[in-house]
Amino acid sequence: MVILELQHLKKYYATHKAVDDISFSIPQGSIFGLLGPNGAGKTTLLRMITGIFYPDSGQIFFEGKKFNPEDDIAKIGYMPEERGLYKKMKIGEQALYLAMLKGMSRRDAMKKIKEWFVKFGMESWWNKKVNDLSKGMGQKLQFVITVLHEPKLLILDEPFSGLDPVNSNLIKDVIFKLAQNGTTIIFSTHRMEQVEEICNNIVLVNNGKKILDGTVKQVKDDFKEHIFKIGFDELPESFSSSAFDIVDSKENSFIVKIRDENKPANVLQEFLNHRAQIISFNEVLPSLNEIFIKVAGTKN
Amino acid sequence: MNKIWLVIKREYLTRVRNKTFILSTILLPLFFIGFIFASAYFSISSHENQKIAVADSSGIFKNSFQSSDLITYEYPSDVNADNFKEKGYSAFLKIPEDYNSGNDSISLISTKQLGIDAEDKIKDEINDAIRNQAFLKNNIDKKVLDSINKIDEDGMYKFRTVVKQGSKTEKSNAELSYGIGYGSGFLIYITLFIYGAAVMRGVMEEKMNRIAEVIISSVKPFQLMLGKILGIAAVGLTQLLIWIVLIVLLSSVSTSLFSADTLQHAQAMNSTMGAAGNSSAAMNFLNAKSTFLSANWGLIIPCFLFYFVAGYLFYASLFAAVGSVVNEDPQEAQSLMLPITMPIILSFVIMTTAVGKPDSPIAVWASIIPFSSPIVMMGRIPSGNVPAWQIIVSMLSLVAGFVLTTMLAAKIYRTGILLYGKKVTFREMGKWLFRKG
Repeated sequence: MVILELQHLKKYYATHKAVDDISFSIPQGSIFGLLGPNGAGKTTLLRMITGIFYPDSGQIFFEGKKFNPEDDIAKIGYMPEERGLYKKMKIGEQALYLAMLKGMSRRDAMKKIKEWFVKFGMESWWNKKVNDLSKGMGQKLQFVITVLHEPKLLILDEPFSGLDPVNSNLIKDVIFKLAQNGTTIIFSTHRMEQVEEICNNIVLVNNGKKILDGTVKQVKDDFKEHIFKIGFDELPESFSSSAFDIVDSKENSFIVKIRDENKPANVLQEFLNHRAQIISFNEVLPSLNEIFIKVAGTKN
Repeated sequence: MNKIWLVIKREYLTRVRNKTFILSTILLPLFFIGFIFASAYFSISSHENQKIAVADSSGIFKNSFQSSDLITYEYPSDVNADNFKEKGYSAFLKIPEDYNSGNDSISLISTKQLGIDAEDKIKDEINDAIRNQAFLKNNIDKKVLDSINKIDEDGMYKFRTVVKQGSKTEKSNAELSYGIGYGSGFLIYITLFIYGAAVMRGVMEEKMNRIAEVIISSVKPFQLMLGKILGIAAVGLTQLLIWIVLIVLLSSVSTSLFSADTLQHAQAMNSTMGAAGNSSAAMNFLNAKSTFLSANWGLIIPCFLFYFVAGYLFYASLFAAVGSVVNEDPQEAQSLMLPITMPIILSFVIMTTAVGKPDSPIAVWASIIPFSSPIVMMGRIPSGNVPAWQIIVSMLSLVAGFVLTTMLAAKIYRTGILLYGKKVTFREMGKWLFRKG
């Protein structure tokens, strides 16, 4: 089931086209990566999805119906890239206020806040002020505030920036758990390597335009160049073959590119024929970063 | 709406619980009362007695100067312009023989200024003496002259002004209405700045903290702006209410201090010495209080509350719009605020003339046009002769005005609150006003 569908969204500013005819859809329960370099139009796109901006043209469908910020906003949780909290307000009161603004009753909000504060080890923070927190602690608090009202769609803009590995993992685990329970997560970042381990689906934007989208596996498959890495203990004799080209060679490994219609099995057979003591053989898929550079380069 | 209510509540509670709010709310009236007492004290203590040595070569002023608790006149023969200080006089009044010839003049010689009060008194004494001298010279009987002089001294007549409108007559008091008009106009002027700036700072805080985006993903920008404006309005009204209560309390405390003994004493003096005796502080205070109560408070208070709130609402959204477009640089706020502060200051200037001439065309127009009406109308209303239609038109146009400014400001606010790092020009803001969606 598709939870969010964007059709031909456009948002132009006086000087540039921030979002220029972007369409894609997000399956429910997926962790969806919105990728692109700084200034690609990610934040503008997210602001339209959160009802902060109205698109100049195009349409957004949320849960199969036309997106109506007034009602649907309570089902969305948004953590902007630039974190923001009232510096002088007590943390507990602040969480309560923001949860109630999302439409929670006071009692439900209190219950949830206590649950999350325990889960994140923040019980003693209630009467502190944001000023007293470190940057990482502030990040955790911001995350908790974003998920308090159990949104169906959780939008996280660069959620790991400024977090140490321990807290990054803590939040990563929570993200996986939420997704298992049916929450759809949009994960916006320019750090491609994070996406590969977290997301199932991605869309790549640059200069306000969609460059590509699909599942991570599918995108990688589309861009794979039939490159394999062969590791061995010993190679008794050097040889060349019509089945592949050697791209890179090290003492105990080769990186090869398969030629034409040949199969990986043919390559492996050639090595075996030359009595190589093979210990590993695997395909080298392009990283999203490489794909992005390639695609962005050709499209420009 | 529920969300606006939540915003209002937060704005109100965080401000009212703030220590600065509590301190300023309580201390301000205390400072005010302290200021009044201090200035009263200093004006009394500066009235020390001045001894003046008079050298009257003409001989006609001898004994016609009346010594008072402010000034004592003496006529020693061995004092001159050089030694009056050593002899213990604060000044030397030299009256030459032909003082009225035009060649010579009466001169008051002292080592330092005597003060305006004392100099005026001496001049009056001289004038009276010369006038009396002239009457006597022209064969006016001394007894007749004395009785004429007694007329205004004893307060044999009383003066009052009455305003007659149809069948209704009212005792009017120009000074009082001037004071109330000026005071309430000034109060609105000051509070527009205080609470307007509070709105602006609040908006700037949300923008700088970047919490605006978090909140705007839950509520509409307009709801956030309106909630803030109304929350701060509630803070302003709370503060005003506390001040009124404090002033009423303090004035009743001071009345009770003056009452009982002092009052009986004053009234006793009053009956034995006639009207001239009521110069005691207690009587003055009671007189002031009864004059004060004679003002048309039934009209003034509701009007004040209306213009206080509606004037604030008119300007607050504009302050919010400015706060939303400012980036880190406070200098920027200064220059962007100019178009808002100018009309407020201008209204104050018009108000200062309107209290004196409540019916002048500029006062009438300025009290109807929304930009200036909150301040100028309050300067006019206590005079009691503002036609009802003018008040109604002024109020209606102010309501229409703040609905309009709020709508326009919301358009700027909505864009400005999420715009970072870019200096916004008035031209751009103008464009935002006419953008749809």
